[in-house]
Amino acid sequence: MQKFNYSIKEPEGLHARPAGLLVKCAQSCSSNVKVAVKGQTADAKRLFAVMGLGAAQNDQLTFTVEGPKESAECAKLKAFCEENL
Amino acid sequence: MERIHGTGASDGVAMGRLVLWHGCQANVEKYTIKDVSKELERLQKAQDEAVDALNEIYFKSLKRVGKKDSMIFRIHMMMIQDEDYSQAIRDRIKENKVNAEYAVWETGQEFSARFAKMDSEYMRGRKTDIIDISDRLVKCLNPEYGSGKIAVNEPSILAADDLTPSETMQLDKSKIIAIVMRKGSRTSHSAILSRTMGIPSVVGLGDGFDNVKDGMIAVVNGTAGEVILEPDEAEQGKCQQALEASSRKQQELKSFLGAQIKTKSGRIVAVNANIGHPADAETALKNGADGIGLFRSEFLYMGCATLPTEDEQFEAYKSVLEKMGNKPVIVRTFDIGADKQIPYLHLPKEANPALGYRAIRICLDRKDLFRTQLRALVRASAFGNLKIMFPMIISVKEVREAKQMLQETKSELESEGISFVHDIKVGIMIETPASVILSDELAKECDFFSIGTNDLTQYTLAADRMNDKIAKIYDQSNPAVLKMIELTAKNAHKAGIPVGICGESAADPKLAEFYLKTGIDELSVAPPSILGLKKTLKQACEKSAAV
Repeated sequence: MQKFNYSIKEPEGLHARPAGLLVKCAQSCSSNVKVAVKGQTADAKRLFAVMGLGAAQNDQLTFTVEGPKESAECAKLKAFCEENL
Repeated sequence: MERIHGTGASDGVAMGRLVLWHGCQANVEKYTIKDVSKELERLQKAQDEAVDALNEIYFKSLKRVGKKDSMIFRIHMMMIQDEDYSQAIRDRIKENKVNAEYAVWETGQEFSARFAKMDSEYMRGRKTDIIDISDRLVKCLNPEYGSGKIAVNEPSILAADDLTPSETMQLDKSKIIAIVMRKGSRTSHSAILSRTMGIPSVVGLGDGFDNVKDGMIAVVNGTAGEVILEPDEAEQGKCQQALEASSRKQQELKSFLGAQIKTKSGRIVAVNANIGHPADAETALKNGADGIGLFRSEFLYMGCATLPTEDEQFEAYKSVLEKMGNKPVIVRTFDIGADKQIPYLHLPKEANPALGYRAIRICLDRKDLFRTQLRALVRASAFGNLKIMFPMIISVKEVREAKQMLQETKSELESEGISFVHDIKVGIMIETPASVILSDELAKECDFFSIGTNDLTQYTLAADRMNDKIAKIYDQSNPAVLKMIELTAKNAHKAGIPVGICGESAADPKLAEFYLKTGIDELSVAPPSILGLKKTLKQACEKSAAV
């Protein structure tokens, strides 16, 4: 299992478009991907669940990645966050 | 007569008859089913159909309002296919033995209620999206629930509780003269779309909307956020006057369509258009542009999922050049970075993007990208009056390096036997204090200058133009900025090259006289501002003998 944290820079937070992109990225991973914020956890492959987190700017997201390709996919998700969120 | 108030979501005034639009989410019939698997199959089929339909709307919308405002339909596709949402519908069918339409409707209500409770205004707004996709699914399951098309026969004001993005997209702009809504905010997608489409709109009317009745006459003032129901004669007269004044102003400005701005000393000042998309060239011509002063080529990179190919870029440049005939077209090589990010380039987030890896800095570092653009530009030069401009210059070395690459590109194309214009004019953007200080030396390297006042103001005053808190400090007519412009103009003219302005402040009527006195040769503004600016300049030329 791999974990990493990321603080949201996007002024509108994890709104529809970035949430959609994140879910697309998570769906392309074979690992089990969970994202947690403020004590709430969601399956990162599910759009409504991710949007339902209501994550705002400066909120810290914690990603948990679990599966055979977890290190590579963890790096991929991290790179995605840095570019898009 | 009654006045109701809301939030002005899109500027302008309109008067006409109200057409009340009822969404179609109410009255979904509920009945007990026997064959669960058949019902699940119906659901699956409807989901596939809805996704196909959304894909089609997405591409239509892309042409009409661009990528950013169309993205919502992509999100809708994902929502319809979302596992939690689909599972909730399937569970209702299986456990409650209800028809798919009803299961969808109930699930939509449940999910939208969840969003309605959220903290952020933006997220609360998303409940409309859920209602929208649920409606769409219901309609795919049973077309009798309405076509979702808003049919209006005469020019009317559309009144609705709330409008979903797909409803707004399907509006026939020629028939809808304004939109009023009970719900919604300035940031709801419908508000954004109505602004892009240029229809006046007042949203968030709340309880005041109870008085809105089908067929009433109303005056909508999108600028003031006010709706007058059944206006009396005095109000109707006022509105009529406002409409006439605005159309007179439009008409009067039309007399400047072919106007050429000539100062008393005989100098000609060109009024050009800033464009971002090849289709905008048409708008520029309709508004009397003397040429294109700034084609922001980065928009070709922003509307797609991958890099535009050489041929795609070539076609875009060629179409603008052909449309403009022998009028000059200044294409700025891509200014990517800072506030204009391109996801597929995988540029890392920076702490200070305005001071970071952007524009010419990317061009000279990622030469592969730059070479593709230069090849497309040089090839297109055969089809009109092309000029090339490099952004964000801070040194003579950068200009020489960029010109060197342009020269290499020309030799390459020559050896391939492709024809092009050999002496394409090359200029630079003056938008950094460094380029102003060096403008005497830079002028020897290029054929023209164009001052980008937006960035020049930001860098001269050390004031972030995206930061609302210092909006007052970010002043494009600050004396420091004006001195920068004067120095640049002096050095350009000393070297015998023309100098233009292509930032927001080019359209500022208060600066028109200053520009004339400084000897600015060209002003480039958004197409709707061209005629107004020509009028201001003409008056300033007549008034002042000094220019």
